[in-house]
Amino acid sequence: MNCCDSKPIIELGAGRLCKQHFTEYFEGKVFRTIRQFNLIEKEEHIGIALSGGKDSLTLLHLLKKLSMENPKIRLSALAINEGIHGYRDKTLITAREFCEKNDIPLYIHSFEDEFGMSLDDALKVLDVKPCTICGIFRRYLLNKKSKELKFTKLATGHNLDDECQSIMMNQFKNNIGASARLGPKTGIKESDKFIPRIKPLYLCTEKEVALYAMINSLLDDFNECPNVSKSYRAQVRDMLNDFEKDNHGTKYAIVNSFLQVLPDLKDRFKDVELNSCTECNEPSSKDKCNACRFAEKLRKARLTAEQ
Amino acid sequence: MKIKVFYDREKKEREIELSANSSVEALLEKMKINPEIVIVSRNKDIILKEEKLRDNDSIRLTSVISGG
Repeated sequence: MNCCDSKPIIELGAGRLCKQHFTEYFEGKVFRTIRQFNLIEKEEHIGIALSGGKDSLTLLHLLKKLSMENPKIRLSALAINEGIHGYRDKTLITAREFCEKNDIPLYIHSFEDEFGMSLDDALKVLDVKPCTICGIFRRYLLNKKSKELKFTKLATGHNLDDECQSIMMNQFKNNIGASARLGPKTGIKESDKFIPRIKPLYLCTEKEVALYAMINSLLDDFNECPNVSKSYRAQVRDMLNDFEKDNHGTKYAIVNSFLQVLPDLKDRFKDVELNSCTECNEPSSKDKCNACRFAEKLRKARLTAEQ
Repeated sequence: MKIKVFYDREKKEREIELSANSSVEALLEKMKINPEIVIVSRNKDIILKEEKLRDNDSIRLTSVISGG
């Protein structure tokens, strides 16, 4: 069933929506998610983890709208440059242009500055999966820089598809403790070691985000990280999309059923001790955090390569 | 009929042969592309799976899978 006489641009469970009604539906869903899960207070300094891709640009676009109606919500953008040639350099151009146009301060920090090497170069000397080291270094930098920039929260562009994939990956790997940290507001308990992370696009599918970004001309191209095709996550993503094609609503069902058990999961893992890394003082479950461990491996590998 | 298709994930244009009066759904099936992962447009207008295609149409498939 079509929403009105205008040409529909998307088919959802409840019917087909035109551009105007889809925009209202999508924006309404994001703002409801923010309210339902108490993601943003009346006065905040929100950092947006900005990659320059469709998810983070959509997120920034919508939080800008929110902040214009709520002047006590201040926005800044934080971009991490992993040093993936032909990909990150392009998306950062989009990120810069967007922030300039919307008068939002943008802070960029690179793997090279922090760890002495870009991801591309690190992968030449270390035998490790790209997403493993990228994820560890990126999360480390996002948390560290968020604290330095005094964000009250860090907003990420994770969408329903991302969450669904994470839930399934943790199930497949028998890593239920990792799932306890998922949700629209990440983490198990508050700690001054972590800047709380929020996911306002939590209930939006990747297709909905892409469509919204397209019809609002937020970016010209949708680029995929060249390292993704090699990842376990990509396999899970493809499996879920194949299943969704013939069984509409599966992804929503996975996330909504997960949300019902999440409070119990967080309660079960609330007593996990969180220490500080003996080297960098960032949060760590062990003496040395993963970022410092990999940074050391990188230093050693680089020395060996130079000899 | 012949349809020109540009799929941004492949970064190239292909020519696909379909029987007359075929729909977008038939095109995606022939190309073995999951409709869940693409937005289909013709002359910058977004079209849905039941839209009928015409001979010599230029179709763009935009992959929604992006990022890392």
